[in-house]
Amino acid sequence: MLAFIAAEIPRLFTIYNVILLAKAAVTTLSLSAVGCVVGLLCGTLLTLARMSRRRSLWPLKALAFLYIEIMRRIPFLVTLMTFYFGAQVLGFNFSPLEIAFVSTSVISTAFVAEIVRTGLQAVKASQIEAAEVMNFSVWQSFWLVRLPQAWPIILPPVFGYFVLFIKDTALASQAGVLELTQAAKILNTKGFSASLVYATVLLLYFVISYPLARLGGHLEKRLGTARHSRSRRTV
Amino acid sequence: MAQLDIRGLVARYNDTTVLDGIDLAIDRGEIVSLIGPSGSGKSTLLRVISGLLRPVKGTVSLAGETIDYGDRRSLRRARNRLAIVFQQYNLFGNMNVLRNVMVTPVTIKKRDRREVEAEARTLLEKVGLGDKLNAYPDELSGGQQQRVAIARALCLKPEILLLDEVTSALDPERVGEVLDTIKLLAAEHMTLLIVSHEMAFVRDVSHRVAFMAEGTIQELGTPEQIFDAPRIARTRTFVSRILGHRTAA
Ligand SMILES: Nc1ncnc2c1ncn2[C@@H]1O[C@H](COP(=O)(O)OP(=O)(O)O)[C@@H](O)[C@H]1O
Ligand SMILES: [Mg+2]
Repeated sequence: MLAFIAAEIPRLFTIYNVILLAKAAVTTLSLSAVGCVVGLLCGTLLTLARMSRRRSLWPLKALAFLYIEIMRRIPFLVTLMTFYFGAQVLGFNFSPLEIAFVSTSVISTAFVAEIVRTGLQAVKASQIEAAEVMNFSVWQSFWLVRLPQAWPIILPPVFGYFVLFIKDTALASQAGVLELTQAAKILNTKGFSASLVYATVLLLYFVISYPLARLGGHLEKRLGTARHSRSRRTV
Repeated sequence: MAQLDIRGLVARYNDTTVLDGIDLAIDRGEIVSLIGPSGSGKSTLLRVISGLLRPVKGTVSLAGETIDYGDRRSLRRARNRLAIVFQQYNLFGNMNVLRNVMVTPVTIKKRDRREVEAEARTLLEKVGLGDKLNAYPDELSGGQQQRVAIARALCLKPEILLLDEVTSALDPERVGEVLDTIKLLAAEHMTLLIVSHEMAFVRDVSHRVAFMAEGTIQELGTPEQIFDAPRIARTRTFVSRILGHRTAA
């Protein structure tokens, strides 16, 4: 059996198949990465809306709250399928890949929003007050004081989420997106043995995730001891 | 006309009345100290003056202009003329010492950077931190942070400086330095409202002393009156207890 699989290896790694796998790996990685970048931007905006003290913004705040609370509790596959079939029903002509990008972004926005909120709230109110009495505007105190102190707290968990989310993007294969899991299915259909194909893909997931996870851990350690994230009090 | 005129000030946290009708008028260049047991509302008074807590009743006027705490422009004008040094210093954790002192004059007040930097360096030199310009707040001791906070407040060139227990977190040997800095200010005719437990210092620098308890000013007078001949028993008890405690310690 093993000898049989070993004999299959040169046949599997033809230029064509390697390109297929590489493309799929890039798709897998970018699904997660785009999700996180969009999530970071939109999640921050959502969080700002949710944390705003302006009374007139209450409908936006309620919406942000509902979005965050609901979206975090829906399985990725359900969101993906809803968008996939929803787009069809409404007559939009999006490719599965586009649908997958939108779905990952929508989901990760909700998760990252929560991470951003925790980070922003970790900055002491007294820091904001100090800015306020020195006539910082709301935006100035956000950009100059709050965000610089919050991002070292925000970044490591976002990175961790990004790495975890890489696995979830496998579900995009259900919508026919050519990412790693889908590539495995295709190669399997082409007659390569499932064990070899999936072992290859498993290895690729690991090769993508592990260095990123290590980088994230490194980041966490470095930022964790960075002065920006602490404001120790000696009283 | 008083530089800082507080009338009938009432403030609450939720349902608790913390300031219960404060009247206090401070002249330009005058130094008034607030003393009193902890929880009597001293910090809250400074917070109300600087607009961090909206009063429910009463007024605060700066040089004749009543501050409308509900109006952003009015509050902005007022905050331009005063500075506060918090009990917990509240230096910006993400900025080094020099930037903590410079950020408001340069970024908010749009003053010339080089001019501000020269002033900031001089001030930090004066408070004995000329060698810590690039240090971050969490690399400094409490006393050092306190002095940066004082330099930061001074660099705003306020007409009125509010100081909240600026010596309470200092090592005993540092107290003198900070107090000397404040005395230097006093010589520059800045109006000062000081919350302090350092009775010898209060006595030394204040023109008048206010004894606060339970959200009201119980007694207001010259240092001699408050410390040597208090009119009410409560002041006497407080003063003697603090002085006794200090000499015992
Ligand atoms: N943020 C707050 N929320 C609720 N109550 C507060 C808050 N800050 C202070 N207080 C209460 O207000 C009272 C006065 O406090 P404070 O002004 O800090 O006193 P002092 O500075 O004289 O020690 C105390 O009883 C305190 O518990
Ligand atoms: Mg206090």
